[in-house]
Amino acid sequence: MADTAKPKGGGTARTTGGRRRSRKASTDAASTIADEQPKVLLDYYRQMLLIRRFEERTGQAYTQARIGGYCHLNLGEEATVVGLMTALQERDYLFTNYRDHGYAIGKGMSPRRVMAELYGRATGVSKGWGGSMHMYDTETRMLGGYGIVGGQLPLATGAALAVSYRGGDEVVMCQMGDGTTNIGAWHESLNIAALWNLPIVFVVINNFTGMGTTVEKSSAEPELYKRGSAFRIEGVRVDGRDVLAVRDAATDMVERARAEQRPFLLEATSYRMKGHSVVDPAKYRTKEQAEEAKANDPVLAFESQLEEAGVLTEEIKKEIAESVRAEVTDAADFAENSPHPEVSTLFDYTYATPVANESRRMPADPVFAE
Amino acid sequence: MSVITYRQALRDTLRAEMHRDENVLLLGEEIGVFEGSYKITEGLLKEFGERRVRDTPIAEEGFVGAAIGAAMLGLRPVVELMTINFSLIAIDQIVNHAAKIYGMFGGQTSVPMVIRTPGGGGQQLGATHSQNIELFYSFIPGLKVLAPSTPAEAASMLRAAIRDDDPVLFLENLGLYNTKGEVPDDDDTVAEIGRAAVTREGTDITLIGYSRMAMVTGQVAERLAEEGISCEVVDLRSLRPLDRETIVESVRKTGSAVIAEDDWLTYGIGAEIAASIQEGAFDYLDAPVRRVAMAEVPMPYAKPLETAALPSVESITTAVKETLNAVGRRVG
Ligand SMILES: Cc1ncc(C[n+]2csc(CCOP(=O)(O)OP(=O)(O)O)c2C)c(N)n1
Repeated sequence: MADTAKPKGGGTARTTGGRRRSRKASTDAASTIADEQPKVLLDYYRQMLLIRRFEERTGQAYTQARIGGYCHLNLGEEATVVGLMTALQERDYLFTNYRDHGYAIGKGMSPRRVMAELYGRATGVSKGWGGSMHMYDTETRMLGGYGIVGGQLPLATGAALAVSYRGGDEVVMCQMGDGTTNIGAWHESLNIAALWNLPIVFVVINNFTGMGTTVEKSSAEPELYKRGSAFRIEGVRVDGRDVLAVRDAATDMVERARAEQRPFLLEATSYRMKGHSVVDPAKYRTKEQAEEAKANDPVLAFESQLEEAGVLTEEIKKEIAESVRAEVTDAADFAENSPHPEVSTLFDYTYATPVANESRRMPADPVFAE
Repeated sequence: MSVITYRQALRDTLRAEMHRDENVLLLGEEIGVFEGSYKITEGLLKEFGERRVRDTPIAEEGFVGAAIGAAMLGLRPVVELMTINFSLIAIDQIVNHAAKIYGMFGGQTSVPMVIRTPGGGGQQLGATHSQNIELFYSFIPGLKVLAPSTPAEAASMLRAAIRDDDPVLFLENLGLYNTKGEVPDDDDTVAEIGRAAVTREGTDITLIGYSRMAMVTGQVAERLAEEGISCEVVDLRSLRPLDRETIVESVRKTGSAVIAEDDWLTYGIGAEIAASIQEGAFDYLDAPVRRVAMAEVPMPYAKPLETAALPSVESITTAVKETLNAVGRRVG
C-alpha cells in the first residue's frame, strides 16, 4: 500500500491515510467500514444511491425527449463523486467537466434545480441557459461544468490565484477525465499552479476511456498520477470505486493544499457503466468489459459491504430506497411543472454591464426600423 | 492639459487604476522584470511588487484562462498579450469561456477582465506578427472590443474597460504607441463603451476608421480640406458593440462613405459597416460605399511590399476622390 504522507510521487492507494484523524504516522491504516460511524456510512450510501437514481431518471427523461442536447451521466462513478465532494468544505470551490450532474448534487445543489436545468426551465441552476454541461451555483460554490475538454483547468487555476491573492484559505478542486490530460491547457495549468503555489487539487477521473479511445492509446504515460511529477506536483492514484478510499485521499490532498498552499494531483480509477453519453451504445467495449463493470458496480458493492457489516438492515435499505425514489420523483415533477424562461429575457445575459448600442436584433428584424 | 504619448497614457492609467482598486492586477509575459515588450508597464513592478504585477510563463491559454477564473472570483485582472497574434493560442479561453460564462450560467457570475494587446503591420515583422484579427473577437457577443486612436481616448477607454464587469479586448496598435496628444491632467473620465465619435464634422463625404486608421483618415480629411473637400470623420472606437446609429446618421448627411481598415477586406469589419450603411442609409447614398483595406496576402517582410499592402493617406485619398467623382462632383 502506498503511503502519501511523505512526498514520494505517489502510488496506487487503497487510502492515503489522514482523513478525519490527524495525519501523524506514515503507517496510518486505511479507513475500513468498521472504523466508521454508521450514520456517516449510511449518508454516503444514500448520496450514492440518490445520484444513481437521479441519473437513471435523467437517462429516461432524455430518451423521452424531455431533456435535450448532450447528456453525460455519472453512472458507475458515484463512489468517486461522493468521496470527492465529502472531502471539500462548504467554502471550497469546484470546477468540473460536462459530466457534472452528480457533482452538482454532491456539492449541495438541490436535485430539483439540477433536474430543472436539464429540462431547460427558468428554475434551473443556470436558469435554463446552461443545460446538462453547465451547472453553476454561486452559493454552493460549484463554479461550473464546462463543455470544452480542458477548458475548466485554466479557470480553476485562476480561481485558486484569486484565493491566494486575497490570502484566503479556500481550496479549489478541478475535476476532469483521463482524456483531458493530453490537451495543452493541462500542461499550462499545472505548470502555473505549481509556479505560483496555488491551493488547487486537480482530480483526474480515469475511467480508462475518453469517448471510445483508451487511455493507453491517448496517453504516453497512462498512469496519470505520475504526470504531475513533470511539475513537481505530488500525485496519487486511488480506487474510485471505494468511497472511503476516495474520501481519504481527497481529504488528505485538499487539506494539504490548504495548509501548504500548493497544488496536488489525484487520479481516481473509475469505470463508467454506460456509453460516453446517453445516446452512445458503447460498441467499442467488449462484452467482458461491460460485464466487469456491472460486476463491480460501486453502489451495489458498497451496499453489500454495509449489509455484511450489519450497518444496512433490510428495513433501513427500504427506507433509504423509498426516500431517494421520492426525492427523484419530486425533482422530476418540479422540473416538469416549472416554466420555461420567458423569450423576453433573451438579451438579458449577454453583458453584465449594460452598454450602448448592444444588438438586440431578433432574426428578420431590420437594423434600422424607421 | 499635458501632451503625452499613447504609451504614456496607457501606463498612467494602469498605475492610477491599480492605486484606486486593490483588485486590479496585471498579468502577462515580460511585463514585470523586462517592463513590457513595448514598455507600457515600465516601472510598475517596482511600484506594486510581484503580487500585483505578475510575469507569466509563455502559456497564453493558461494565463488568459487563469485571469478569467480570477475575475470570476472578483479580481479585475488586466492581461497583456504581447501581440494580438498570440491571442490565437488563447482563443478558446477568450471565445468559449470569457465571452460565454455570464450567459451560460444565467447571469450568476461575470468576468471583469481586460486583455490589452497591440496589433498592426508596418514594422517589417512578417506574416505571423503583423495581423489585425480583431474581427474574430468583434464577432462574438459577450465580448466588448475597444480600439482607441488617441492618447486621451486610450486613457478614458482603458478606465472604462477596467471598471466594466465584462471581458474587454482592448486593442492597441504598434503604429500608435509613440503618437502624441493632449490629455487632461487629473482626468477621471470614463468613456462610454459602444459609442463612436465624430472627430471632424463635414458635408461632402464620411470617412470611417478605427485605431490607427482613425488617425490616418483624420490626416486625409485635413489634406482634402485644403482642396475644398469637406470630410466628416467617424472614429468607431468600439468595435463591439458597434455604434451603427452614428455611422448611418453621418452617411445620411453626406451621402457617401469611404471605410478605411487595417485588416483584410473579405469578411472584414468594413464589410459589416458597409452592410449597416446599406440597411440604414441606402436611400441617401449617392455613390457605392468604398472600402480601403489591407491587401489580402500574408504580410511580406520586404519594406516596399509591406508599405504597398497597407492602407495609406494616399490610397484613402484616391478612394475618396473616386467616390466623389462617382457622385458627379469632379475633384482632383
Ligand atoms: C477540446 C475538445 N475536443 C473534443 C471534444 C469532444 N469530446 C467531448 S468529451 C470527449 C472525451 C473526453 O474524455 P475524458 O476527458 O476522459 O472525460 P470523460 O468523458 O471520461 O469524463 C471528447 C473528445 C470537446 N468537448 N472538447
